[in-house]
Amino acid sequence: MFNPFTFLLEPLQFAFMRDALLMGAILGVLCAVTGSYLIVRQMSMIGDVIAHSVVPGISLAFFWGWDLTLGAFITGLLSAIVVALIEQRSPVKVDAAMSLTLTSFFALGILLIARLRTNQVDLTKLLFGDILEVTPSDVWRTALITLGILLLVKLFYKELLFYSFDPLGAQASGLPVQWLYLGLIGAITLTIVATMQVVGVLLVTALLIGPAITAYLWVKELHQMMILGGILGALATVGGMYSSYYFDLPSGPAIVLVIFSGFVITLLFSPRQGLLTRHWRHPNAQP
Amino acid sequence: MIVILTLTMLEVCHLTASYRNHLALQDVSFVLHPGQVTNLLGPNGAGKSTVLKALLGLIPLHSGTILWQKTPFRQHLRRVAYVPQRSTIDWDYPITVENVVRLGRVRQTGWFRDLSPRAKAIARYALDRVGMADYGRHPIGELSGGQQQRVFIARALAQEADIFFFDEPFTGIDHQTEAVLFDVFAQLKAEGKTLLVISHDLGNHLAHYDQFLLLNQTLIAAGSQKEVMCPDCLERAYGKGFFIRAA
Repeated sequence: MFNPFTFLLEPLQFAFMRDALLMGAILGVLCAVTGSYLIVRQMSMIGDVIAHSVVPGISLAFFWGWDLTLGAFITGLLSAIVVALIEQRSPVKVDAAMSLTLTSFFALGILLIARLRTNQVDLTKLLFGDILEVTPSDVWRTALITLGILLLVKLFYKELLFYSFDPLGAQASGLPVQWLYLGLIGAITLTIVATMQVVGVLLVTALLIGPAITAYLWVKELHQMMILGGILGALATVGGMYSSYYFDLPSGPAIVLVIFSGFVITLLFSPRQGLLTRHWRHPNAQP
Repeated sequence: MIVILTLTMLEVCHLTASYRNHLALQDVSFVLHPGQVTNLLGPNGAGKSTVLKALLGLIPLHSGTILWQKTPFRQHLRRVAYVPQRSTIDWDYPITVENVVRLGRVRQTGWFRDLSPRAKAIARYALDRVGMADYGRHPIGELSGGQQQRVFIARALAQEADIFFFDEPFTGIDHQTEAVLFDVFAQLKAEGKTLLVISHDLGNHLAHYDQFLLLNQTLIAAGSQKEVMCPDCLERAYGKGFFIRAA
């Protein structure tokens, strides 16, 4: 007979599963908070750009014997700055600037891995992540990053709210919007660097955007979006891990698809915005 | 009285600025006085918004000076409230009306501090002044265009500024909001504030303004309605064949 307690507890007897679940839950919260800013600033794609652009940094860091996180952070941040410069200094539109920067940094990364003979960098793990290799020290580091970023968001919440809602008004009122932008990009890069170990650079945006955008359909304020998004993100990563454990699925894709399922259910049934709820309420309304 | 007036005016001298690599303003000079509402008008692409952006330091100047009380205006930006064009805002942003108005108190509150009860009271009062007190808890996206504009006016009022810049506040709004806006202009004028309003409207509302600036890259005319609304000036701004009933 199905016993929910055994179902939930069985994976926990393995240390690697405990670490992985804890890591996933922490990242679910962190990604929802920083991802909320990406969504409301309408720059979700920059998450993808940064995620791909960490690859050359990792390769160089490996070659020079640096901490991989540092290398990843530097080139990730650099890519966002390159996008901003192209957008501000030329008539090129931001989506074109992003596509070009993303592919170029990624290409440079692959090239460096080949040329610098840093073949020990496991490309598959880099692309798809492997949450089961998470160590307790990884969990600690991620917890610290998360606490740091949450504290910063709390400290600068009202300024970031102003900037993300009305950048022009915020700048006119004298807020240093360039620094706020850079801070935001820095926090997002840090989030991505911490998260890619779990889902890999190809899927990291799903964790950044998915839970927060699902929460967006339920609530009416940014901080509520972060809180609900954090809960959903933690539930989705843990849910993805359990399905990965019981159905023998790769964990990264499993997490991403659990997130997407939650989003689709919300899209159909959320009380205010749900496509079907609206249809039931006003059966004759045009979609 | 005259001394005070000359001291607190905003003087713009020989302003030249470009926007995205093309020259948008050339040698523009004018003066704004406290207790006056100035209408900045001109055809599309005349550089009206660029004037506001240049004044606010949002775009770099090629040359020219902007003075407030004979000192650089840049030092006084905290005294300015700015209502941007409606099109620059994402109205689906998850924020309530109340919190939009409270943004007007962010700079005055300063870093690392929560808004004080007084700041919140100021925001509530501002919302009341534009007749939107009952909508505090509504998401901004659920309001009509006119109501959203009134919320932004309330945010500007909450800043308790001395100088007010409005970028096309009359675009896409209802009659009620229009009436509220002119009411607010009259109140601010009575309080001795300086107002600069961009508006396309050449019709019935010109009586609400004290001064007119007619712009098309350069300043074509400045002064009273009679001085600026002459057929010759309008033709120079809007091109040949331009016709309005008001002229």
